[in-house]
Amino acid sequence: MIELLALNPSWWQETFLIKVPIGLLAVLLPAGTIVYLYLFKAISFMQSRLGPMEAGPYGSLQLLAEVGKWLQKEDIFPSKADKFVFAAAPFVVLMSTFLLVVVLPAGPDALFVDLDAGIYLAMAVSSVSVIGILMAGWSSANKYSLLGGIRAAGQLIAYELPLILAVVGVVIQAGTMNMQGIVLAQAEGEIFGWGGIGNPFILTQFIGFFIFMIAVQAELTQAPFDMPVAESELVTGYLTEYSGIRFLLFFIGEFASAGVFSAIAAVLFFGGWYVPGIDAGSQVFNVIGPLVLATKTMLIAFLIFWFRFTFPRFREDQLQRLAWKFLIPLSLANIAITGVLKVAV
Amino acid sequence: MSVSTESEQLAYIASQAADARVNVEVETDEGMTLNLGPQHPATHGTLRIVAKLDGEKVVAAEPIMGYMHRGYEKLTEVRTYPQVTTLINRIDWLGSFANEVPFILAAEQLMEVEAPPRAQWIRTILFELSRIANVCLFLGDMAVQVGATTPVFYAFRDREFVLNQIERVTGGRFHPNFDRIGGLKDDLPKGWIEETRGALDRMKSFCDEMEELVLGNEIFQARTRNIGVIPGDIALSYGLSGANLRASGVDWDIRRDANVGLVYDQVDWKVWTHPDGDSFARFWVRLQETREACNIIDQLLGTIPSGPIMAKVPRIIKVPAGEAYVATENPLGEMGYYVVSKGDLTPFRVKIRSASFSNMSITPWVLKDVFVPDIISILASLYFILGDIDR
Repeated sequence: MIELLALNPSWWQETFLIKVPIGLLAVLLPAGTIVYLYLFKAISFMQSRLGPMEAGPYGSLQLLAEVGKWLQKEDIFPSKADKFVFAAAPFVVLMSTFLLVVVLPAGPDALFVDLDAGIYLAMAVSSVSVIGILMAGWSSANKYSLLGGIRAAGQLIAYELPLILAVVGVVIQAGTMNMQGIVLAQAEGEIFGWGGIGNPFILTQFIGFFIFMIAVQAELTQAPFDMPVAESELVTGYLTEYSGIRFLLFFIGEFASAGVFSAIAAVLFFGGWYVPGIDAGSQVFNVIGPLVLATKTMLIAFLIFWFRFTFPRFREDQLQRLAWKFLIPLSLANIAITGVLKVAV
Repeated sequence: MSVSTESEQLAYIASQAADARVNVEVETDEGMTLNLGPQHPATHGTLRIVAKLDGEKVVAAEPIMGYMHRGYEKLTEVRTYPQVTTLINRIDWLGSFANEVPFILAAEQLMEVEAPPRAQWIRTILFELSRIANVCLFLGDMAVQVGATTPVFYAFRDREFVLNQIERVTGGRFHPNFDRIGGLKDDLPKGWIEETRGALDRMKSFCDEMEELVLGNEIFQARTRNIGVIPGDIALSYGLSGANLRASGVDWDIRRDANVGLVYDQVDWKVWTHPDGDSFARFWVRLQETREACNIIDQLLGTIPSGPIMAKVPRIIKVPAGEAYVATENPLGEMGYYVVSKGDLTPFRVKIRSASFSNMSITPWVLKDVFVPDIISILASLYFILGDIDR
């Protein structure tokens, strides 16, 4: 993208004038869209109500009103809280979201870093949020927060494994861990010699996609895996004591990671920025690629929120059982089959 | 406090010790004490559960009630009989009309008057409508307590139609205050019967929807099956009543077995029981009972006799001296009023037997050795209304 602009910026110009604003945009815009479209509107329509209607046309400015409200609120620390850890926890959670965006390709040249092991980095940094959640749960000096934090840690670690194993199938099929390479592998792939729509990995890795989405649901602590924040029993788990801007950071983190994980799913299984009909090497994708990726992301994010609004939640032991006894064996079988077919075909 | 005998002294010490036990959270070496409530999203008001935990496992749990005690039993003593219904409306606030009926029936029994048939019919219809209004919300709320947010909105949406019908007759959505000694305040408005049939159709489709959305959901079943199992004999010994008892396989329904003053014997209906006694059974029984209530109302609507809606009662009601206990099968279980009269304008003493209070007594037994999330789902399935516990 930078080459496209035909400028020759210095390092700091490139970082602070281009990369940081675009990075912020890439995280906050999908998060805001998800919150408005799904959390405010889709859920309301599913629940036979209208949702916000007053702020802006169809309540579209409601999010700004909410953010304004949170920013005005007092930043309360519980008297027995571990102040530094308590204050730092939301930033740790948000940091993992921002690090995930770094390796996401939105076009042939529109990406921040072209790492050879991009997906490896993404999986690694997605676990960092566990630390933030544990910090929040522990430092709040609240029993509900503690229970929520411990549950979150157990759950996130348990579902990290199926998440990674689901990705391994894609990596085997693409033959690369580079996310750009995965997109190109899908764009240039052929289905039994027919290359009309490329070869989106959803066709062959549907088990992987299924496991990936379940694991993402658990990673995001959305229902049916929202035991860590279970509002009807743990108040809001590790978020209980947070208010004002720190709650806002957690909130952004939650929905931004929903967006980023959906984008990763779009890249891994739906061909990322590629749409059939245009040559994958074309510069056009630097312009329409981000839009294509955003569309795919939103469609996948809808799945996440659809499940969230429909299902009751698992108990902690039940969701651990689901991870260890069902998802992990299934994903291992998926890897084995993919590996055999890769070698054989 | 002047202490006279040794037994009174011991009782006083025991009560003080009990207060101290519940008001001070004792941190033990083995685990921690989790204090759920009085302000907690899952307690529908101000119930407090003190749970001793070992990890996520509950070692012991104790309910503490009384944060919303409003002294209704005492307040009735300074109100005339017609005024009392205003108060007792607020005991179980989701099915208010059902609260008035047993008290009015007890007073009628003492006065030896009987409401005319038309009044009895309409009373029964309103009684069952308030059961639907009450239990309908349970069906949605139970899903919320196990984590599904959507069903409760459907419950509120379809309950509205039932509340509208109650409002059309009584003028009050929440607190009808419509039952009178010797009959009812007013007759049915024009066209009400057809509209009620419409509302019942709505409610039946709501029940079908709940059956698909909640009851048939695997996660819901995993969360409720074999959770909070109460065997029939335990349920009886703790004084459970209503759907909680029938979900434990005990075939007991006051509407059928000890009916007073209402016309359930004129209707062809069925008492639902479930042998399992777990949270799932309690949900299932209530779902079936909502359908059965629709069925009962449907039949009654077609057979309302004509005639007056008030018996001959004096303008100023003085209830002759005597005692009477009348219980009815309220939405939450057996609700009874023990009315003692000395022949005055006001009752001398009223003892209210409310269902939730007795149902609550089983919580220490049933919450033993469950997980923290199950506390919520079991409490939700036992279904209590705080006003019904604390009165």
